[in-house]
Amino acid sequence: MDIFLLFISAIFVNNIILAQYLGLCPYLGCSKEKSVSIGMGCAVTFVMFMATLLTYLMQKNVLIPFNLGYLQTIAFILVIASLVQFVEMFLKKMVPPLYKSLGIFLPLITTNCAVLGVAIMVHRKELDITTSLLFSVASGLGFILAIVVMASIRERFEISRIPRAMKGVPIGLVMAGIMSLAFMAFKGMI
Amino acid sequence: MATMMQEFTKGLWKEIPPFRLVLGLCPVLAVTNSAENGLGMGAAVIFVLTLSNVIISLVRKIIPKKVRIVGFIAIAASLVVTVEMLMQAFAYPLYQQLGIFVPLIVVNCIILGRAEGFASKNPPHMALADGLGMGIGFTISLTFIGSIRESLGAGTLFGVDLFGPSFEPFTFMVQAPGAFISLGLILAGMNFFTAWQAKRNGVELDPNFDAGCRGCAACKGLEKIVNQKKLERLESAKS
Repeated sequence: MDIFLLFISAIFVNNIILAQYLGLCPYLGCSKEKSVSIGMGCAVTFVMFMATLLTYLMQKNVLIPFNLGYLQTIAFILVIASLVQFVEMFLKKMVPPLYKSLGIFLPLITTNCAVLGVAIMVHRKELDITTSLLFSVASGLGFILAIVVMASIRERFEISRIPRAMKGVPIGLVMAGIMSLAFMAFKGMI
Repeated sequence: MATMMQEFTKGLWKEIPPFRLVLGLCPVLAVTNSAENGLGMGAAVIFVLTLSNVIISLVRKIIPKKVRIVGFIAIAASLVVTVEMLMQAFAYPLYQQLGIFVPLIVVNCIILGRAEGFASKNPPHMALADGLGMGIGFTISLTFIGSIRESLGAGTLFGVDLFGPSFEPFTFMVQAPGAFISLGLILAGMNFFTAWQAKRNGVELDPNFDAGCRGCAACKGLEKIVNQKKLERLESAKS
């Protein structure tokens, strides 16, 4: 039951973008087109899952036994960077159709703070491995939800009259604020 | 050839991040629920940005082009670890307040954006001026947003009571929606001011007037795809 609650709350209540402010760059940068946003969301979810798994193993099997906890940041970011590189090469060789649809997003994900953020967060929350993986998937789903809704709204902006100064990022941020207000209502759920 | 002074001052107003150069928004929203947190985060960013700019500029001719991004990240990460340990030693309450956003400085686009856009092309003393200017500009912005949100949301500024006991705090401002909306409105005000200034000086405004993440290499590739999709949609709408 607790796990279910964690899953739901990571998607809705503690939404990774709208409540925790992680991954805002892709949220604003890749939400102009719905198909692009779906691709980005899927790529982020996949990398987030893999990164959480690898960094969890790294923390438990390398950093803690050798008493290197203070190197967490540098170790994690290097693991994530090489993971992204590896996934890109793997997809290019083995699954070209998937590479065609997700490949362009992969290099951008290395510097996505949501991925590193989730990897660090599971250790600060002291979750075990199953819960961590579930948490990472739920965070990814929350990311997809927020970015796809945002892209759908922004497609409508194309045909609406917006004051010139508000165009682009400012209106996107105000929109995100209103969405985040709506998501706050989910707090009553748990 | 711009002088060092010009490189320094451009970070303070002309290209002040994150208002003009919309880079590194995550900490801008997350840690600005009080002016003090904003200032602390800014100080950490000044340290990392200045040193990473100088180091990257020093090694810019040695790093092979293909692995440069990973190299930049590794340099920034070691600096962030240093900051983390310094903060744990000397400013532990602040470290706990900022929480996960201290290690996340390493993936802040502002570090990589300046490394890629400036430090990897310029000599060390220029990179130093640029990093220092950008870092101070970033700190000013964070403190500015932080003081607006803190004064409206909690009625205090740097912990000092502002409006007296009859003030009802506008709690919305210190929560997530307030962060998004206040930054959005500040950016809009900045755009409005730029447009007004350009009109007054009789200068033609850049037609691609959009405060997107221009400096961020990550988003540039996407722009192409989005434009292509837009064209396709227009064509299909026509036929």
